[in-house]
Amino acid sequence: MAKAMTQKAAPGLGLDADLARKLLRDMLLIRRFEEKAAEAYALGKIGGFLHLSIGEEAVAAGATSVLRPDDYAISTYREHGHCLIKGSDPRRVMAELFGRVDGLSKGKGGSMHLFDKEHNFLGGHAIVGAHLPIAAGVGFAIKYRGGDQVVLCYFGDGAVPEGEFHEALNLAALWKLPVIWLCENNRYAMGTSLERALAQTEIWKFGETYGIPSEPVDGMDVLAVRAAVGRAVERARRDKTPALLEVRTYRFRGHSMRDPAGAVYRTKEEVEREKLRDPILLFRDRVLKPGVLSEDDVKKIEKDVNDLVDEAVAFADASPEPPASELFTDIFKESA
Amino acid sequence: MAVMTYREALNLALREELTRDPNVFVIGEEVGLYEGAYKVTQGLLKEFGPKRIVDTPIAESGFTGVGIGAAMVGLRPVVEMMTFNFALLALDQIVNSAAKLHYMSGGQYNVPLVIRGPGGPAHQLAAQHSQSMEVYFYHVPGLKVVRPSTPMDAKGLLKAAIRDDNPVIFIESETLYNVKGEVPEDPDFVIPLGQAVVRREGTDVTVVAYMGMMYRAMEAAEELAKDGISVEIVDPRSLQPLDTATIIGSVRKTHRAVVVEAGAGFAGMGSEIATEITEEAFDDLDAPVLRVTGAQAPMPYARNLERAKTPTKEKIADAIRRVCYANGSR
Repeated sequence: MAKAMTQKAAPGLGLDADLARKLLRDMLLIRRFEEKAAEAYALGKIGGFLHLSIGEEAVAAGATSVLRPDDYAISTYREHGHCLIKGSDPRRVMAELFGRVDGLSKGKGGSMHLFDKEHNFLGGHAIVGAHLPIAAGVGFAIKYRGGDQVVLCYFGDGAVPEGEFHEALNLAALWKLPVIWLCENNRYAMGTSLERALAQTEIWKFGETYGIPSEPVDGMDVLAVRAAVGRAVERARRDKTPALLEVRTYRFRGHSMRDPAGAVYRTKEEVEREKLRDPILLFRDRVLKPGVLSEDDVKKIEKDVNDLVDEAVAFADASPEPPASELFTDIFKESA
Repeated sequence: MAVMTYREALNLALREELTRDPNVFVIGEEVGLYEGAYKVTQGLLKEFGPKRIVDTPIAESGFTGVGIGAAMVGLRPVVEMMTFNFALLALDQIVNSAAKLHYMSGGQYNVPLVIRGPGGPAHQLAAQHSQSMEVYFYHVPGLKVVRPSTPMDAKGLLKAAIRDDNPVIFIESETLYNVKGEVPEDPDFVIPLGQAVVRREGTDVTVVAYMGMMYRAMEAAEELAKDGISVEIVDPRSLQPLDTATIIGSVRKTHRAVVVEAGAGFAGMGSEIATEITEEAFDDLDAPVLRVTGAQAPMPYARNLERAKTPTKEKIADAIRRVCYANGSR
């Protein structure tokens, strides 16, 4: 029976069917969601900048899988996946991308500024490096109150040469704040390769500089991400030690929809070679071979995800634009 | 009422708010062990401990961001800038994060944050340490900007700023820390942001001025009274929100206005107030609105050049005479 098959844990993977299903589902959700977002962008339903994380899905799926709902996550402008997996309703995320009133921020933030207070997702920040000190501040508040949550702070390799990376890592290490610094190293800051941007390209080594645990992680392997972030989270929860993880990944698409091919600064061969390490295909093979999941299981996950994303697009399409009065609301919070 | 210095009034406001609300904390360079570069935080470390009086390394962007993050999840940080000149290192945090998070999140996250410290012209501190910084902030939607001129205002407005649910830029002055005045001791005494005050009543001309310029305008007014010119002085106290109603109301009475500001005049607060008066009360005016501003030059070090750069009592008095058409003819 398929059911019995799926309950079998894969030897050495430490992986049961429920976890396998969740990780695969989460990665597929990001992929399908962003594929649909790209289509909507081409149709003019989404404007401005749209940055896709296709190829990088294992990072959000693996990292979030070890967080509690009351833990915080904070991210960059390439954050659809981080936000969705933290728990946000795909319909409201898509509506935000469409600039509609049912979006997470009533259409006032857009793709680069997703926020979801209910799920402790602290944003979508689009000035490179700026949210790292903010993440340290959230860690400060956790410690101030004597809580045991952690902050997961995603940033790209492009933030590492920024001063705020160093200020924030120093403060978090100095004050022992429960922040997981998760660098999504996709090797290109827009079109500038790591080698053209950093004197030290082994980003995880900056952790040694600041005296905090740090390691490089294979970001195409969702279980490796899960294990590394799991270790960091446990340490941060227990004794407030921050950590720096350099998660090595790759974006299959360009920097944004305005750089669709990403072909000027990297070779086609390189992109094709990296696509062989597609985190979703790798993980699917990994769970199918030992029979953790069956082909039918995978098909069902794919169908559920497709339905969810189709529903999100329909919801966003049907949602009205924000009323004109929204221009002047939320500038200041009215005091009680 | 007690008589105390501007510095002591700020210190008292901090102590009262730290006592009232455990979510309030003070963070910045030299605020704890050193007790503040200008001693505004004197005694706070001893009274409230290192958890709530937090010394930082020199990392303005870093610790301002820490304040913003802590505020997003419910604390109420008071970030000290040793001087506001250093706030430029944190300008992105203030402008792109603190000011906009509430709006960009559709009202989900707010940032109850105060950034305070001295700014404006000081004595022979030269170009990098002696300049008016408010212009960089009041232009930005989402920031409130306060410039308190007296000890009473320093206390009442700082308490209001700390209790406000939004980011407030609170710029003091090195030159006013030793000014003495009466201050209410009531721990619930607050002055709401966005309310100007008439410092001196008069009938012939309205002068809008704040901080050190307000005191110079008062001196000019005393002198002009001897010539029979009656000067009304309005101190806006908060520049964003700006209490234009009080300013316009005064101009409707006097029919003349002079706006004084210490900073360079180009696109400054004087331009804004002069425009507001012209748009709202043009028909009430008997003379063009004049501005008295700092010269459009960096602050020089030499004493004579510093004086030439800055609005003086004489320059203010001269502008008042001109709008009264009383220059040279008397």
